[in-house]
Amino acid sequence: MLGNGLKVLVHTDQSTPMAVVNVLYDVGARDENPEQTGFAHLFEHLMFGGSVHIPDYDDPLQLAGGENNAYTTNDLTNYYCQLPAENLETAFWLESDRMLSLAFGKKSLDVQRKVVCEEFKEHYINKPYGDVWHIMRGLTYKNHPYRWMTIGKELSHVENATLEDVKQFFFKHYTPSNAILVVAGNVTIDNVRLLAEKWFGDIPSGEKYIRMLPKEEEQQEERRMTVHRKVPLDAIYKTWHMCGRLDDDYYATDLLTDILGGGASSRLYQALVKEQQLFSGINCFHFGSLDNGIITIEGQLVKGVAMKDAEDAIEKELDKVKQHLIDERELQKVQNKTESVMAFEDMSVMNRAGSLAYYELLGDGEMMNTEFKKYQEVTVTDLNRLANQILVPSNSNTLWYLAEN
Amino acid sequence: MPDRKIAPHIKDAVEYKLVLKHPDQFKLANGVDVYSLNAGTEEVVQIEWVFKAGNWFEKKKNLSSATNFLIKNGTKKRTAYQINEYVDFYGAYLSRSCYNETAVVTLHCLSRHLENVLPLVQELFTDAVFPEEELNIYRQNMKQKLAVNLKKCDFIAGRKIDELLFGINHPYGVYSAVEDYDAISKSELEVYYAQYYKTGHCTIFSAGILPPHFEKLMNDFFGGLPFNQQAIVEPKHEIVAADQKQWNIINDVDGVQGSVRIARPFPTRTHPDFPKVQVLNALFGGFFGSRLMTNIREDKGYTYGIYSFLVNHIHGGAWMISTEAGREVCEATVKEVYHEMQRLREGEIGNDELLLVKNYLIGTLLGDLDGPFQIIGRWKNLILNGLDEKYFYNAVDTIKHIDASELNKMAIKYLNPEEFYELVVV
Repeated sequence: MLGNGLKVLVHTDQSTPMAVVNVLYDVGARDENPEQTGFAHLFEHLMFGGSVHIPDYDDPLQLAGGENNAYTTNDLTNYYCQLPAENLETAFWLESDRMLSLAFGKKSLDVQRKVVCEEFKEHYINKPYGDVWHIMRGLTYKNHPYRWMTIGKELSHVENATLEDVKQFFFKHYTPSNAILVVAGNVTIDNVRLLAEKWFGDIPSGEKYIRMLPKEEEQQEERRMTVHRKVPLDAIYKTWHMCGRLDDDYYATDLLTDILGGGASSRLYQALVKEQQLFSGINCFHFGSLDNGIITIEGQLVKGVAMKDAEDAIEKELDKVKQHLIDERELQKVQNKTESVMAFEDMSVMNRAGSLAYYELLGDGEMMNTEFKKYQEVTVTDLNRLANQILVPSNSNTLWYLAEN
Repeated sequence: MPDRKIAPHIKDAVEYKLVLKHPDQFKLANGVDVYSLNAGTEEVVQIEWVFKAGNWFEKKKNLSSATNFLIKNGTKKRTAYQINEYVDFYGAYLSRSCYNETAVVTLHCLSRHLENVLPLVQELFTDAVFPEEELNIYRQNMKQKLAVNLKKCDFIAGRKIDELLFGINHPYGVYSAVEDYDAISKSELEVYYAQYYKTGHCTIFSAGILPPHFEKLMNDFFGGLPFNQQAIVEPKHEIVAADQKQWNIINDVDGVQGSVRIARPFPTRTHPDFPKVQVLNALFGGFFGSRLMTNIREDKGYTYGIYSFLVNHIHGGAWMISTEAGREVCEATVKEVYHEMQRLREGEIGNDELLLVKNYLIGTLLGDLDGPFQIIGRWKNLILNGLDEKYFYNAVDTIKHIDASELNKMAIKYLNPEEFYELVVV
């Protein structure tokens, strides 16, 4: 850790000619003001609009043979770039300058507001079923800021963003003490230490942001909603509240969603798509959120099937996991799948750097190596207990998304 | 305190020597070529069985893609569920994809489970049965999926532009109507399967950390199958490009965005201009720092993203520009695309800009060659196109040495608006 509070992690891999620099900022859509949603994501765009000493981020990086990208979630914002290892210092120069301060150009804000609005349209308006998660988040969360999507609650929040708002957001969240720097690839610890001190060492630490988010109260009764849209087919969406990422039950809950709807041999797919042919597709997954999250089932109905029958059939499958212990082999199957997913994810240095930053945000980068053990410890009794605790009507939210006419 | 105004010294990426690592190669008893790259840091493998079974060979629409999709939905010994459960149990992924010339079955799994999964893969190539029930579900789900896709401007634009470039009867331009899915029968799938998989032409590409007896393993399971015993007759298909260049299609009266596609026919990779135009394309619209992106996204804010790319099929290609833009700025977007073409034809390309593009291309190539799956992917591309590593090194050499005047010549030769199809779907 540097004097200003910036955490620095190094992962060396001499088998690659490349280096990866990953900067994770501990700020996501959950940290936004309800009247100014979409800010964390708009900000991600502005981070490429030039910093205090460097007019453009992309050009110098590309000149150094590098490429980069970034993403914003409800929990965090992550920036990463990869470049030939000899040019590592270029990435330090660029990343440190934009952590120091952005240029806050008016033109950049004007343009990126428009770009984000087009992104909003491309993904959430001009697409069948594009507004589903806007509706479902609002239905599921009443207090917690997970009630809006990262793109924002409405276009106007982004359209009305001012330079002053943007500056405030930056100096509140984009400080060394709110960031984690991971350097990976063909690098040495000594060199990274040297470069980190040189480029990040003198950035003022800023005030540590203390997160105080409104807590979501336990849901007491079932919520339902129906909408009609110009889509060709009916669809159903259900959510249930689940624990947060750091809870002991997280791993079993994760596996439970896999049992129900994680692929071609999962229960919902086999029963409802293949055997009963009520759905053309059905999935069950969760969002992996840091705070208390949600499990969801989404299904597209076969034309002509009544919504009520489709929903009853889902409930019947849920009853099975609540009433009976699942087979040990079925548990082992999803554990094996998890092991495999983790191994494939770890193939690229870029992914490993991102994971390391994420686990450090959770509290300890070392978790990356102990996660699978937690999955192995899950028992069929855990799955049964959680199914009975989570998948109950009073904890559920249901949306009937119906085709007009 | 460092002087933040001065960029650190960089090694120009063009100074890097790029090396495309050679895969091992062996032949199975039946003559099937296996390329294998034993490398990596994780204990995982990827194996691809590539068949000459793409839609180039089908006599009826969707026959190739339906056969490819349903190949793992039942064998003489196992139901679709049993196959899926078995694959999932070993944490493996068995996917299939159908392209124009080829159709592929791909396995990803942990190295230590490979021996458990290979017998199943073999079964798919000897004993697939295409149950009627599975075909019915497939038909129904594909029809529903198509109904949803038909609401999307980008989907409509994507298939229309291919039709304009290659013709609706050409494998590259053909697309499906809902009723086409009803027209395929179980017996047609069986015949297609027997001809193009069971006794078809197969090439195998594998990468990752492979077991020491990999060659024997592959021979045991696949060396005795009747692959590659007879030559596959390749049908001839003539490209029939549309006469009308400009198209406006209204798909959704209330839509807030339109899909813009601007494209022209372009030669395949064997043409000497191809590697040069790859560099010009990067500069024009091939990456985030390109002229199209800089002007139309970063300056005007008309779109979330705009890209140009070379469509490189084996028998014919295209140069295409693609974006989703605000409904009211689609026209302005098209105008700016042509404006950027004009700048490339008439203006000079500065040394700084050219060096940036070259460094970017080499740098990303260096990154792309990192990892066994990426390297075998490049080889697969070369081999299926009948090329070898000379092609790769020539392309690298072109990036390193091409100059502004040569790029300008390419722009004058190819970036003429009157030769482009222009399609806007709103």
